[in-house]
Amino acid sequence: MPDSTVIGLHHEEEHRPDLLHHFAEPQQQRDAASLGMWVFLATEIMFFGGLFCAYLVYRRWYFGDFAAASKSIDATLGATNTAVLICSSLTVVLAVWAAQTARRTLLLGSLAITMLLGLTFLGIKGIEYKDKFEEHHVPGASFSFNNVPIPGHPGQYADPRHAQLFFSLYFVMTGLHALHMIIGLGIFLWLFTMAWKGRFTPDYHTPVEIGGLYWHFVDIVWIYLFPLLYLIDRHP
Amino acid sequence: MSEPAKSEHAQSSPLKMYFSIWIALLVCTYITYKAAFIELGQFNAAVALGIATLKATLVALFFMHVWHASEKLTKLVVIAALFFLLLLLGLTMTDYATRPWS
Amino acid sequence: MSMPTPMPQPVERENYLNTRYGVWSWLLTTDHKRIALLYLLSITFFFFIGGFFALLIRLELLTPAGDLVQADTYNKLFTMHGMVMVFFFLIPSIPAVLGNFLVPLMVGAKDLAFPRINLLSWYLYIIGGVMMLHCMLTGGVDTGWTFYAPFSTNFTNTKIVEAGLAIFVAGFSSILTGLNFVVTIHRMRAPGMTWSRLPLFIWAHYATSIIQLLGTPVIAVTIVLVAAERALHLGIFDPKLGGDPLLFQHLFWFYSHPAVYIMILPAMGVVTEIIACFSRKRIFGYSFVAFSSIAIAVFGFLVWAHHMFVAGMSVYAALVFSLLSYAVAVPSAIKVFNWTATLYKGSIHYDAPMLYAFGFLGLFTIGGLTGLFLAALGIDVHVTDTYFVVAHFHYIMVGGAVMGYLGGMHFWWPKISGRLYPEGWARLAALIVFIGFNLTFFPQFVLGYMGMPRRYYDYSHMPEFQVLNVLSTAGATVLGVGYLLPMLYFLWSMRYGKPAPDNPWNAAGLEWKTASPPPTFNFDEEPIVTWEAYNYEELDAPRKEEVPVAR
Repeated sequence: MPDSTVIGLHHEEEHRPDLLHHFAEPQQQRDAASLGMWVFLATEIMFFGGLFCAYLVYRRWYFGDFAAASKSIDATLGATNTAVLICSSLTVVLAVWAAQTARRTLLLGSLAITMLLGLTFLGIKGIEYKDKFEEHHVPGASFSFNNVPIPGHPGQYADPRHAQLFFSLYFVMTGLHALHMIIGLGIFLWLFTMAWKGRFTPDYHTPVEIGGLYWHFVDIVWIYLFPLLYLIDRHP
Repeated sequence: MSEPAKSEHAQSSPLKMYFSIWIALLVCTYITYKAAFIELGQFNAAVALGIATLKATLVALFFMHVWHASEKLTKLVVIAALFFLLLLLGLTMTDYATRPWS
Repeated sequence: MSMPTPMPQPVERENYLNTRYGVWSWLLTTDHKRIALLYLLSITFFFFIGGFFALLIRLELLTPAGDLVQADTYNKLFTMHGMVMVFFFLIPSIPAVLGNFLVPLMVGAKDLAFPRINLLSWYLYIIGGVMMLHCMLTGGVDTGWTFYAPFSTNFTNTKIVEAGLAIFVAGFSSILTGLNFVVTIHRMRAPGMTWSRLPLFIWAHYATSIIQLLGTPVIAVTIVLVAAERALHLGIFDPKLGGDPLLFQHLFWFYSHPAVYIMILPAMGVVTEIIACFSRKRIFGYSFVAFSSIAIAVFGFLVWAHHMFVAGMSVYAALVFSLLSYAVAVPSAIKVFNWTATLYKGSIHYDAPMLYAFGFLGLFTIGGLTGLFLAALGIDVHVTDTYFVVAHFHYIMVGGAVMGYLGGMHFWWPKISGRLYPEGWARLAALIVFIGFNLTFFPQFVLGYMGMPRRYYDYSHMPEFQVLNVLSTAGATVLGVGYLLPMLYFLWSMRYGKPAPDNPWNAAGLEWKTASPPPTFNFDEEPIVTWEAYNYEELDAPRKEEVPVAR
């Protein structure tokens, strides 16, 4: 006599409340979540990849103009932001370790500091954007980039049109990155809330792990953006 | 006493490793920044991107635990994504690098 | 536990259709089978919309003069036809309907890996669809579905940003479906279901998912760039700033070429299942067919610039892409050879699914071969942007993908609905579709070869094109009738069709080992697989003893 409910399902639910019904074992559920996040990160690599492709094409074509434009953004702020994100990646792995080893205070603290560092990053980004706005380096009707010398070529000035291409890419690439950062902050706020409620145990802390993977990815994108956007041609 | 039944290699003290990687990443960032101000000609880009790749690799292998992943699949996913990214960049460049009129 | 259907089921069992009633039990479902049906309704709706635009196009082309609509309107018609058909019908069709329904069943799982993400993916599709509808109703887009820059970024004043966002959102639906399939196939296979025992339908959907995952993000970011250029004046493709319109084309086609493999690979998976079942034979060259699916997915990413041969790209790069385009045909050809070898000395049954499979074989082959014509630079220069190209891709998309979809819908209809469709009407409809299709699209090869450009609403400079255009339009009408019939008799069968047994075709595959329709959790007990795929010899063994066949 056919019965659609799986025999023993209710027993499992009693002992393993985090096991979703369509998985046979918690390990299967963990492996599925992990693979899912890695596959999603692969899609994100291709998403940013399109922008890197555009960047590559135009940097080759207009190297001097790009160098001039790159020089006009603050490399110290960029380097600082890179350091901020690297520190946040550390706090993320500490959070995962804390969840693995049932250290509630460390978990909450690491998650909170991660968010703080993320906000710091966005704050510094905001300052940079404000600077660009004031210098009329935001593409559009009020863009101006006149009489900016090309590094290493005395007497030659950057073509403002090509500089505008650089800044278009700069704003789209860093803007998209910042958007991912904001989403990451949202994810970590949710993780913090769940951790506060005591939802994570050494047996179940998958959301912290896969949230961490996402955050590290956002860090890696910035690791590439920093030299490509800020350090094209800095030597005097 | 519950051992987390994780697919990852159980580290006795991963903290030392995490902090070492952290320091390495900061040092690499510093080197990248400083090297940009040194005249290296064509190698400036190579150095900057090379160090960036090293940093990214460290983050992926040790912070994202790819190094100790018992599943080969994780590594395969990463390699596949990078492969297709390189396809996008490389094959596009076959056009841009061979336009005689550019 | 009573079922309010006019035709009472002989055995009352819980299944995914009768387990709960009410709109919310459908709109908030996480059951992959219900989500598949939600998709079925949605894509059928968009098929009608896309078909409506096609009808208007064909009506305009009945006469050489542009007398039905204005030029700008015609531009919108072919644009909306393309956008709706590609993004809202073809790309989701088989994966979102048949894939969603069958992947867990075929691997022996209770559901996909992420059921809630599956539901999210449907909602994203609907949101994208509503946005696209709104865009169409408030003016539409006139750039062609390819929305090339700088026309789309700088010169047109139609609703590019809205259409782009609609496609962006629908693209995420596609990405999430692919993600779900990959994780399910890797992690949720039943005990004993090794990779080499998987149905080739699964291999095909796995390959499709790879493309969806790795290609769609690139068009997503391209849409972001176009939207940024229009809305924020961030010019990346603007020639006035030194930007390159060809960069847009590279980024666009990096996705949109693999997209055509998203559209055809699932149909190939369907055809493989049908041919094996209706030849009563295991597929010839299982590994070859499996790996050719993966090869198509990978090679498909290497050929995109063959859409740009005359656009101004480097001729040396064009040589490279031309060569690679020949290479991508090889795995498809391998499949055709293997299907043919499967048919050889098979016990062929001409049920409706098999008629569609036969149609696929011939029409896909023609479409594929004409693709090779186009891959040759010398020929492409003459026939690019003519009706030759239009005929080529319709042979593959309609003669191939849609036929595969219809064949699959017929093959699995008993499993999905628990009812049998009327076989006589189904065979008639298949025939009408085949005739209508060829009448519509074969003349277009000739038209293109003779020089009729695509996307032209007026061909009064060459009135001799009219005869072929009239044939094509007549064919489109026949084709429309052919498409309407299954919609009518499938609906009819849900009330009046004979209840279907678990395995009406005596087919191989785990989905046939559970009830029609399946229970909510798919299997009464977790299956344990100990047999190879396509074990038709075992399935047919009793019958073979009864009826000895002289060889």
